[in-house]
Amino acid sequence: MKNARKDFPILDQSVNGHPLVYLDSSATSQKPVQVIEAVEAYYREINSNVHRGVHTLGTKATDAYEGAREKVRRFINAGSTREIVFTRGTTTGINLVARSYAIPRLQPGDEVILTPAEHHSNLIPWQQVVKATGATLKYFPLEADGTLDLAKVRTTITPNTRIVAIQQVSNVLGTVHPIKEIAKIVHENGGIICVDGAQSVPHMKVDVRDLDVDFLAFSGHKMCGPTGIGVLYGREELLEQMEPIEFGGEMIDHVDLTDATWKELPWKFEGGTPIIAGAIGLGAAIDYLESIGMEQIDEHDRKLARYAYEMLSQVEGITIYGPKENRTGLITFNLDDIHPHDVATVLDAEGIAVRAGHHCCQPLMRWLNVTATARASFYLYNDEADIDRLVKGIQKTKEYFGHVFR
Amino acid sequence: MSLDDLYRRVIMDHYQRPRNKGRIEDGAVTVDLNNPTCGDRISLQMRVEDGIIQEAKFLGEGCSISLASASMMTEAVKGLKVEEALELVDLFSKMMQGEDVDPEKFPLEDIEALMGVAKFPARIKCATLAWKALEQGVRNQQKAD
Repeated sequence: MKNARKDFPILDQSVNGHPLVYLDSSATSQKPVQVIEAVEAYYREINSNVHRGVHTLGTKATDAYEGAREKVRRFINAGSTREIVFTRGTTTGINLVARSYAIPRLQPGDEVILTPAEHHSNLIPWQQVVKATGATLKYFPLEADGTLDLAKVRTTITPNTRIVAIQQVSNVLGTVHPIKEIAKIVHENGGIICVDGAQSVPHMKVDVRDLDVDFLAFSGHKMCGPTGIGVLYGREELLEQMEPIEFGGEMIDHVDLTDATWKELPWKFEGGTPIIAGAIGLGAAIDYLESIGMEQIDEHDRKLARYAYEMLSQVEGITIYGPKENRTGLITFNLDDIHPHDVATVLDAEGIAVRAGHHCCQPLMRWLNVTATARASFYLYNDEADIDRLVKGIQKTKEYFGHVFR
Repeated sequence: MSLDDLYRRVIMDHYQRPRNKGRIEDGAVTVDLNNPTCGDRISLQMRVEDGIIQEAKFLGEGCSISLASASMMTEAVKGLKVEEALELVDLFSKMMQGEDVDPEKFPLEDIEALMGVAKFPARIKCATLAWKALEQGVRNQQKAD
């Protein structure tokens, strides 16, 4: 993975007088030059609207946009590009499922099940669904380390369970949930499973047919792609039954003064001029990740997490959240008596970028009995030297506050 | 950027030994605010009589800057007319934007130590939370009168 770093021009800079150590990839990843150039080339050479007109640039833009859809299909092993809807990001994808699939179908007595560790983007849409339909919101219990016990998952799911909406990877705890096994239990009970892949798809091989999930939403910007582009995978038979939630240009088939019909999948869900440059950039990001290999990236990120866990565990007065084993490339922690914002400010003064706050997981913060935490997250361009810098930065933070408190 | 500009000794003193921490029993104006981006929380109470803030107390959770700022604010507003408190809110806001403020009108005292926060844009919201609560409380009180 050593060679990957040179592909990310942003990393080659000083911040506050120190070489930048970027440890906030779970919030957004950096972009390799290959992605930056693909977006630039689109605007410089073929910028045009898609799916309309007959001119040459329009055809080139359409080919590039639909080519990106095919790359996404292959990347997650979907059966057809009809199942790949471009969205603005994970949030938009989940909201589409909530509004278009769930609200018209659910009724009192039905259950939606989540984990207490969901990101707000996979929590609030479902709160809205149960408010609108009278269905019930339930939660799988978390074990002390934030993992799920499949036996308890099995007893929580009932024949009334219509939807299980669950993260594959927690953005706070780094836990990896057994989606394939959960999907099987959901299906045995006649429900569907909607997976928040925002933290998993960038870091590991995710195969929608192997996992047998019904929906999978993820974001381009966390996987080396541009902001503003995301993907909703949906099982074709489900997407077929669903009505669009955005109406306008691009998504129609036939229009008269009183009514209209929709284009076929996936375009009926892509009203308005789509995120053309974003999709092309995402396609380039997928090419880039595949050129390195998702298995290699997965192993690299997990190795860094293990190293970070081992090194940080030796810091006196640190609390690390989440499981020791089987965690993806992030580590969330607090230092005794120092608020995470203050930790993040001292680290920033050392050129080290970490996240501090509630990570859009307020219920999980309450479960952890904290108001906020600090988080360092890793990706293919990080290495052990970055973690050594983090550990040094944490020691310095402790020294600094030990000094000013005196 | 120097951390010492941010973490002045007087700030850490207010953080470790907050003034006016607690509740006011009766007849207080209460404002609960949080900073949704980071989870900091404050519950501010004020006792206002004849248009003068007689007492201000707070409970809160947050970082050193947000709690120190709350502690300093409750000291500074004690005895001020509500209009003066609003002027002080405005002055503090200008201070956070890095503008030079005229300290003639109000003795800033400890609050002056928060001037360095302006150099740390990511932390300005921490410092202003308590002041937003103050502004809201005063305006609620004015509406009620």
